[in-house]
Amino acid sequence: MNQRSSNLLDEALGLDQAIEPWPLRGRVVAIEDRVETSGSFVLHHLLKRSLSPNSSNVSVLIAFSQPFSHYDRILRKLGCNLVSQRDNGRFFFFDMLKLQCTVGDEGMTPGGGLIALYGKTHKTISALPEIRRKNVSIIIDDLSLMEVAAKGSSDYVLDFLHYCRTLTSEFNCSLITLNHEDIYSIEDGCTFLLQMEYHTDILIKVEPLATGLAADVHGQLTVSNKGRNKASNFHFKVKENVVECFYPGRNRD
Amino acid sequence: MAAAKIRTSGFSRNISTASPSLGPGLKYGPNGTVFLSSGIPDLDKVLGGGFPLGSLVMVMEDAEAPHHVLLLRNFMAQGLVHGQPLLYASPSRDPRGFLGTLPSPAASKDDKSREPDPNQEKGLRIAWQYKKYFGENQLNFDGQRDGKREYSNEFDLRKPLERHLINVHRIDCVSIQDFSDPSIFISVPTVSFFAFLNDGSISCAGRIAIQSFCALQCAYSNMEREMLSFIRSLKSMVQSSNSVAIITFPPSLLSSSLGKRWQHIADTLLSVKAIQDEDKELAQLLTGYQDMVGFLNVHKVSHINAQVPVILEATTFSIKCRRVASPGAVENQVNQPAMPTQNTTEYCLAELAGIVD
Repeated sequence: MNQRSSNLLDEALGLDQAIEPWPLRGRVVAIEDRVETSGSFVLHHLLKRSLSPNSSNVSVLIAFSQPFSHYDRILRKLGCNLVSQRDNGRFFFFDMLKLQCTVGDEGMTPGGGLIALYGKTHKTISALPEIRRKNVSIIIDDLSLMEVAAKGSSDYVLDFLHYCRTLTSEFNCSLITLNHEDIYSIEDGCTFLLQMEYHTDILIKVEPLATGLAADVHGQLTVSNKGRNKASNFHFKVKENVVECFYPGRNRD
Repeated sequence: MAAAKIRTSGFSRNISTASPSLGPGLKYGPNGTVFLSSGIPDLDKVLGGGFPLGSLVMVMEDAEAPHHVLLLRNFMAQGLVHGQPLLYASPSRDPRGFLGTLPSPAASKDDKSREPDPNQEKGLRIAWQYKKYFGENQLNFDGQRDGKREYSNEFDLRKPLERHLINVHRIDCVSIQDFSDPSIFISVPTVSFFAFLNDGSISCAGRIAIQSFCALQCAYSNMEREMLSFIRSLKSMVQSSNSVAIITFPPSLLSSSLGKRWQHIADTLLSVKAIQDEDKELAQLLTGYQDMVGFLNVHKVSHINAQVPVILEATTFSIKCRRVASPGAVENQVNQPAMPTQNTTEYCLAELAGIVD
């Protein structure tokens, strides 16, 4: 039942068939949301899929936004126990709530905040047993707060993401990031966003409907999958234990 | 908030122990959250119980009317009534003076005088909204009056808070006008406040109120990066302690992208708006227009520990100051400025009423 309703999202991402290797392996997925429609539910959904019992995926969640207890509660309702996954070595949580790169830091000097974070990530993945290392997902929640932690420098964040992309080629990790579309103004040229989008394989936009918010439909998802050369657009409603996706005007079953 | 317990399986035994009792002015909410009151009972109802501990509330001011001050006063006064430590910061030179303007809780009414009120309030609100406000919440409301101190008080805006409440509890006041960098505010006053709060012997929640954060008087008002960094640091400190922070700011002074970043960081986002005088069209559309002092918009409601967004039926509310006279009051007192006489007491309470969009 649950599988059917999120099928549209899974279909668009290529996750609807349980095939090996994992379809998101080595891919960069970017989720862009807005104030009216938060995209964190997509993150939770992907985290749940990655930690599904049928696979041996490992997930590393780099959290700038919320503490562990928040994700734990939400994923528990989705049917995934983060505490036991963490104990079994399938889930790593990097609590970055208090990270502040020291003033005057170039960002990439040894001991600097983001380089240390990259080092920790690389070390964690390298330390995994060979079998587990095949399918690793690095999830970042969210990039705008990483920017703030890096003293507002989007360049350092882009550098960090470039380094993470080396991991996608070295270890075939998938990189899943969440960012906010509406915080980049046109005057700045939206360069950060454009650079991000250029490097992503799958772009998921979470936007409100043109008619505003409603209790039945929380917004619309637009998934552009470069690998499969297709784009899909559908509406969604977020529930505690599932995300319902449906085409506009269709009834959900 | 509570640390995750170590569990080997996804199932946990449902031991029927009572939840640990909370300090004064706190109550449990859904998904393991704990609420504290905003100081305005109607606003608590709209937000689903109050402000959850660990959340950041941001209020967008309107330059034409100081309604955000009403929210701050009620928020701070509610905390002091419950003995919750308070950190208050504002651009004024003497923030401590603001404490003298905090309202006192309206004297508790006995049952008799309370009963006519639901009917009276029904008249002020749009009829179909009645069920929303009194349907399931009626039970909670009745339960509160059983001798236990109330979670949420109505405040009499005419009467100042008793001095002993201000002198007894921990209140830190900071003037943010001269900080050349908001991180200085983080490094000294805030850290010591949070250290006090997280000290094991303190069991109650703390409140942080910051007024007009990016106001022009502040030396740092054009330092966008630093202000953003401050808000993020404050939020992370709030998340790891039992506290709620409320920041009011004038959105017109921020660039639109910075404003959006702040809106994303906020867990609960409100805005207040002035009501234009003598707006005849509005007067025709809204009942009780003459009594309204302003509008309150709820843009975002906190959903900590849950991924489901909170969609409200109505997002625009009117703020009214209600005059309540005890039985025996002379009718025409309502239109005159309040003068305490021997047989009448007048209260001025803030209340919200939903407006159909």
